[in-house]
Amino acid sequence: MNLLNYTLKYLSLALLLVISIWAILFYFNMIDEVQDSLDDGLENSKMLVIQRVETDPGIIQRSGFSEHNYEIKEIGEQSGLKFKDRYRDTMMYTLNEEDLEPFRMLTTVFNKDNKYYEMKVVASTVEEDDLVRSLLYSLIWLYAAILVSFLLINNLLLRKIWTPFYQLLRRLKAFRLDKDQGIETTKTGVKEFKELNEAVSGLVEQSVNTYGSQKQFIENAAHELQTPLAISLNRLELLAENEGLTDHHLESIGQVIGTLQRLTRLNKSLLLLSKIENKQYGEITRLSINAIVKNLISEYEDFAEMKSVRIHLEEEGAAELAMNKDLAAVLISNLLKNAITHNVSGGLVKVFINGNSLVVSNTGGANALNQEKIFKRFQKDSREQSSIGLGLAIVKAIVDLYGFNIRYFYTDQHHIQLNFK
Amino acid sequence: MKLLLVEDEADLQEVIRQSLEKENYLVETADSYALALDKIVSYEYDCILLDIMLPDGSGLDLLAELKQMNKSDNVIIISAKDALEDKVKGLDMGADDYLVKPFHIAELNARIKSVWRRKSLNGKNTMEYANMRMDLDERQVWIEGNELLLNRKEFDILSYLSVNKNRLVNKTALAEQVWGDYMDGADDYEFIYSQIKNLRRKLKENNAGIEIQAVYGIGYKLVTL
Repeated sequence: MNLLNYTLKYLSLALLLVISIWAILFYFNMIDEVQDSLDDGLENSKMLVIQRVETDPGIIQRSGFSEHNYEIKEIGEQSGLKFKDRYRDTMMYTLNEEDLEPFRMLTTVFNKDNKYYEMKVVASTVEEDDLVRSLLYSLIWLYAAILVSFLLINNLLLRKIWTPFYQLLRRLKAFRLDKDQGIETTKTGVKEFKELNEAVSGLVEQSVNTYGSQKQFIENAAHELQTPLAISLNRLELLAENEGLTDHHLESIGQVIGTLQRLTRLNKSLLLLSKIENKQYGEITRLSINAIVKNLISEYEDFAEMKSVRIHLEEEGAAELAMNKDLAAVLISNLLKNAITHNVSGGLVKVFINGNSLVVSNTGGANALNQEKIFKRFQKDSREQSSIGLGLAIVKAIVDLYGFNIRYFYTDQHHIQLNFK
Repeated sequence: MKLLLVEDEADLQEVIRQSLEKENYLVETADSYALALDKIVSYEYDCILLDIMLPDGSGLDLLAELKQMNKSDNVIIISAKDALEDKVKGLDMGADDYLVKPFHIAELNARIKSVWRRKSLNGKNTMEYANMRMDLDERQVWIEGNELLLNRKEFDILSYLSVNKNRLVNKTALAEQVWGDYMDGADDYEFIYSQIKNLRRKLKENNAGIEIQAVYGIGYKLVTL
């Protein structure tokens, strides 16, 4: 539930409660006022009747609700003396409505010529019913009107006020540490949003800087390592050329060369990774993936033969892409190399190409790999000593660079599917 | 052949010099822009190996000077930078080749010889060793006049080893040269053995005066019998 509706939900409930309580109080107050004025009217009628009785005693006999709004009857002295004025609600038959209708009735007692008379004066309260009804309707309308205006105000005003917040949220969602240089914030007059903007910008800037300097560090370190590595390797090669070295010496030198070469490869891979991530591969040309795959399969023939792995190519369509030639070759060769290296003896590597995807399957290993981790750096199979665990990380970096899509899945074989969108 | 090696990294300069001297080249060295400029102006060289990043200047400026003096023949740039722009720029300015550090000595050797052959043999890109003759452009090999039929990889191996004859060629250098850069990371390069085996057999069957020796754990060496 978004912020606008969230506030609205609680606000409308609170509003309903407040308006209901107010309505009840208002209703009783109103009724009280109406009765008050009715009672005043009845009091007035009573006094008028008593005045008339003084001048025309005959009306005592002529009274009755059928003709007048009062009724007089004689009562005993005892009850007459004790009597107090009494107002009450009652129902009476009315001709126009042909039904019983609510009336207000004043019962009083007066004294005339030492006789006590009880008098009842009535007034119709039919209006009150309508009043209650229209009051209820008014309240419902009022409630609806308030709610609708709240909805509108909420939507217009709050939306406007919260705009910087939502814009910031949108930008944060779209933010990529490896792609964006910083985050752009919207100008706002709200103090909290200003602080939020500042805090986020600061945080993002710091992250971008840290990320940048780390990338820079890897690149520099890799670069600086190249020369000493080259010197050591070249020196060992020179040393190995000396006459009079025993096989044992040569083997030791060979092992050191091997180790240094692994280091060189690691170094090269790190450089390649940072270059891909820094987008230092320009020159994009249109190239045929099928041709590259075929070419690389023939390059890998000897390697596959040594590992007793067969490579089977299935072309369903031609994939043509605009990308850097070297990166395309690195991408595909890493997938192939990976599938051959991690295969079993006598296994099969299947390469399937159509217009928009490339699938490399291999029969190595009976268990599915963790597809979350497989494209991460240094996720290596411990059995493969020479693997440096960067092959698929490089693949992923290239895939990301060109906005392709890659996934790993396992049926009874390992498959890596590359979709060129 | 007289070479000038312009390289400021003392250790690397030393290794390269030692290695090239094994080829019986006369190697002069310079470790700064000023010294290199001085030597270039004063002497003639058959081939110049030029590092781009020097403490007191850029190798590319030296290249420009060489071009002005019409001496820009046979320059091989050796650089730690492998950005495409640098390569293109260097080659545009008249360098013959561009080698990225770290490189194998065998590779440098091959490039020097290739540059040298191109410039000095009137376009005839051939090599002769013992009773073997090789046309590198036509990709043909003859042993005492009889053509030796080799597949692409066998030819590449033989030519690379021939350029580096009597030198120990690292398996990795060979694999990268013949199978391409993308082969790196593949196990122990044992797969090159089967090609070497076939090549050896063909050489023997044709009574070649050369032989490929395996150097235990490191690589191969082409020697005369």
